[in-house]
Amino acid sequence: MPTIHVEGRPYEVPEGLNLLDACLSLGFDVPHFCWHPALGSVGACRQCAVKQFKDENDTKGVIVMACMTPARDGTRVSIADAEAAEFRRSVVEWLMLNHPHDCPVCDEGGECHLQDMTVMTGHDYRKTRLPKRTFRNQDLGPFVAHEMNRCIECYRCVRFYRDYAGGRDFGVFGAHDHVYFGRMESGALASEFSGNLVEVCPTGVFTDKTLHSHYARKWDLSTAPSVCVHCSLGCNTLPGERYGMLRRVRNRYHPDVNGYFLCDRGRYGYEFVNGERRLTLALARGEPVSPEAAVEEASRLLAAARGVVGIGSPRATLETLFALRELVGPERLCSGLAARDLEPLRRAMRGLSGAVPAASLADVRAADAALLLGGDPTGGAPMLALALRRSARVAPVARLASHVPAWNDAAVRQAIQRESGPLFVASTAPTRVDDIATARVVSAPADVARLGFAVARRLGAAGDEVRLHRDAHAFARDAAAALAAAERPVVVADAASGEAVVAAAAEVAEALAARGSGVRLALALPECDSAGLALAGGFPLEDALASLRSGEADTLVVAENDLFRRLPPALAEELLSLARGVIALDCVRTPTVERAHVALPAATFADGTGTLVSSEGRAQRSFAAMPPSGDARESWKWLARLAGDAGGGGRWETEDAVLDALSGLPGLAGARDAAPPASFRLVGMKVAREPHRYSGRTSMRADVDVKEGQPPADADSPLAFTMQGFQGFPPPPLVPRYWAGGWNSVQALLRYQVQAGGALRGGSPGIRLLDGGRSDGGSPSAEAGRFPVPEAFEPRRGEWLLVGAPAIFGSEELSSLSPSVASLAPRPYVGLSPEDAERAGLREGGRVRVGAGEASAELPLRLVPGLPRGVAIVPEGLRAMPAEVRPGGYARVEAAGEEAEPR
Amino acid sequence: MFALLRSMWEVFLHAFRKRATIPYPERVAFLPPRWRGRIILSRDPGGQERCVACYLCAVACPVDCISLQAAEDEDGRRYPEFFRINFSRCIFCGFCEEACPTCAIQLTPDFEMSEYHRPNLVYEKGDLLISGPGKYPDYDFWKVSGVAIRGKGKGEGVEERPPADPRGLMP
Repeated sequence: MPTIHVEGRPYEVPEGLNLLDACLSLGFDVPHFCWHPALGSVGACRQCAVKQFKDENDTKGVIVMACMTPARDGTRVSIADAEAAEFRRSVVEWLMLNHPHDCPVCDEGGECHLQDMTVMTGHDYRKTRLPKRTFRNQDLGPFVAHEMNRCIECYRCVRFYRDYAGGRDFGVFGAHDHVYFGRMESGALASEFSGNLVEVCPTGVFTDKTLHSHYARKWDLSTAPSVCVHCSLGCNTLPGERYGMLRRVRNRYHPDVNGYFLCDRGRYGYEFVNGERRLTLALARGEPVSPEAAVEEASRLLAAARGVVGIGSPRATLETLFALRELVGPERLCSGLAARDLEPLRRAMRGLSGAVPAASLADVRAADAALLLGGDPTGGAPMLALALRRSARVAPVARLASHVPAWNDAAVRQAIQRESGPLFVASTAPTRVDDIATARVVSAPADVARLGFAVARRLGAAGDEVRLHRDAHAFARDAAAALAAAERPVVVADAASGEAVVAAAAEVAEALAARGSGVRLALALPECDSAGLALAGGFPLEDALASLRSGEADTLVVAENDLFRRLPPALAEELLSLARGVIALDCVRTPTVERAHVALPAATFADGTGTLVSSEGRAQRSFAAMPPSGDARESWKWLARLAGDAGGGGRWETEDAVLDALSGLPGLAGARDAAPPASFRLVGMKVAREPHRYSGRTSMRADVDVKEGQPPADADSPLAFTMQGFQGFPPPPLVPRYWAGGWNSVQALLRYQVQAGGALRGGSPGIRLLDGGRSDGGSPSAEAGRFPVPEAFEPRRGEWLLVGAPAIFGSEELSSLSPSVASLAPRPYVGLSPEDAERAGLREGGRVRVGAGEASAELPLRLVPGLPRGVAIVPEGLRAMPAEVRPGGYARVEAAGEEAEPR
Repeated sequence: MFALLRSMWEVFLHAFRKRATIPYPERVAFLPPRWRGRIILSRDPGGQERCVACYLCAVACPVDCISLQAAEDEDGRRYPEFFRINFSRCIFCGFCEEACPTCAIQLTPDFEMSEYHRPNLVYEKGDLLISGPGKYPDYDFWKVSGVAIRGKGKGEGVEERPPADPRGLMP
């Protein structure tokens, strides 16, 4: 390890860093703007000037930009040097020439990197009287507000948006002092990761538009470490509450999962918590009742039941699923998924706990070759698509490693141009990562699976060779060669693409593992606790229906599940009408809640504590940022109370008690250790959710009662709902916000990391549950029998295979209740390839009738170039989508009786 | 004995000195304009609310007795949706006035705010807002800030150039 000398003292630093990175990681305060640990250095802002000395006798030294200077062995620098300090002070003075007098009305104020750096460099008085440059702003859509006057031209936004996230519709215009960052014209940002501009921008050019409508300063937010519930990847978040309302969600750095970024669904999906569909009062036959009355009524229903079926959900926490299992008994636990969703999930879980370790997002980002099978991850697991973008750079950057350091971003970009590493995409529809794919094939799900099996067989998997047509054959040959040559390849698939595709992906990964490769398998699952649900067990919904039909059971307990999203409406209707009693627990008013005899309000991620298992198999604890709203509480608390009333066991009062009981289940033993228990104290204190500058304590409730009451107690976590408590650097699973002396902005994160952009002090939060089973030896997927290679897809005449295309905005149940996300949800449509449409005499935008069997619905037609013959795509899970159109089967697509006027 | 008599004499002499006390409330004491008494919210010279709901007074308050919620009106001006001061907690330190970037919150030479019931000391925005600019007659934050509001577009503020054309190539 090289030794560098800072202010005359030697320090050992890791190999291959630049001086800025090294000094910041050593704990020195070096002002900077354009450098970002995830984006690298470009030397654009000239802010990180330090004095570099030739040797110990050199007293004069030269000013260098720390971010552009490698931290070589023997480098001598001074940060405090008077000349360097004056240089940095004058750089900020120049940057502030045009910065407007806006801080009081700027949403960044109080967590602004520019404010911090201005204070840090000591610039405190404006000497110039020159007029300030101004810009007109653009409307960038429902997520990001734009105020260009505040810009300091650091270029972080374009470097993230274009270079990192692959966006095309945002760029930099103009020259010298009127450099403009925006779109060609006003309009919603097209990238699914645009919300990260809010955190990447060091000042208030890009701010959170949803926060603006209910604004609160960072210092006024009560925050807690949480986990995103809008997909299966388990990105870490920091929701913030004020006056009993969830105000925003920010990224919480997890080196192995989301890193520095979130997708827009994760960042803006939170509004459902405050939404009008939120259920905060208990209902008995649709009428609000007291919690006691509701529990009494529910207990009565359970006592009178001939048999009870507990219906779980992939978005319920592990605690809730366990409490439900204890209430109804393991043999009566239904997964809450239809067989067509449960089978791929089970297959995926077998793959993830097999011989090949499950890939974390960090593994995907570091992969030097990738094979993507099935659907576009941008819709169902957006951060996986961003990670694939990163992985496509790994091999080209590695080839340069001997002469260009990876952090030197501008040079690296110049050298690799549009080169992108081996990424093979075999998908059922065009994807958002097609632009970086080495080779791609679009075909029907069965053909994608066949292609996957063909790759596996080429890599040495047992079985007959799979016959493919010419394009696919070349693709399989090249993909197999690239994967075999890679050191850390990754195989990516989405469980929503079906069991065959998942099985093919697992087989490719196993074949690579058998060759001694460091391969990882990344399988996106449908929802935030799908993996937890699979571990808890449970039969498909069809079996629940059968037991109700046979009269074996007559009462349902539905935990956070909307049956109308899982089953065709007729079957869901039948299931609910056959039941004599339906007890539904949910955080929002779903059609199932409307039909329930008793509805109990459940807590959301923002006001309840729970454990979720991500698609990586990582159990992560999510803590409530605010006390429960109304009568809502965690579902497991309701279920434990019902179990207690029924005289059964399992009447747990606290999170720790239910976790202790839960860890008895096979595969879930580690879940308890995902975060410290509620008894955990730091210097005798709980961790404070409110920052030490929290304001309004003696006034915010004074209109109701002038006496300040006791803050709500929290028996379920080592965090307190007050500002009294530990305010320092807690262990990573308990970090409620990023703040360090002099660093009010999100860049304070540097002080929580061992190394900028690297590991967290105290380790990565969460426990990987699936790694445990692997050491027992034997590959579960081998025992479970191999999946047969499906027959090649044959287009049918007059009928199309409906393939679901998850939309990032609108397809996920809870985030689609958030107004900002809903405003970007696609209108329902059916997509055909232009060739198929022409053959059938259909035209873009025309109304077509889509029908299977009796049911049919009218939809507008969208032409999707590149779609395979005989396949039609429909957006999955949209609220506005007619229930008759369900992906998975064949359907007729024909011109509607009379063509409606195009609007 | 002598000391006792001298003390009595001194006390007696006080009867002829100028009085420090005044017969309040019949006579009102002079309070300098910078006296830190009852807090008010002022209006700008145009007669509109000066407070832009920046939360700086609230965070500066050592007893946390100020709370508010920011909102934006149809003109693009930020204003407090509610603004509450719990005077039963206020210590009249004046930090809020020092923190205020828009001269909106000001302390006045008025201290007559005794109440029998503590809830009556909780002042809402309607109780705090006065109709004039208070101690600072001329200051108008929106004229010097860079954001656009109705009636003041980009580049129309004090010491601002007209909006730059990002597509222009001229120097």
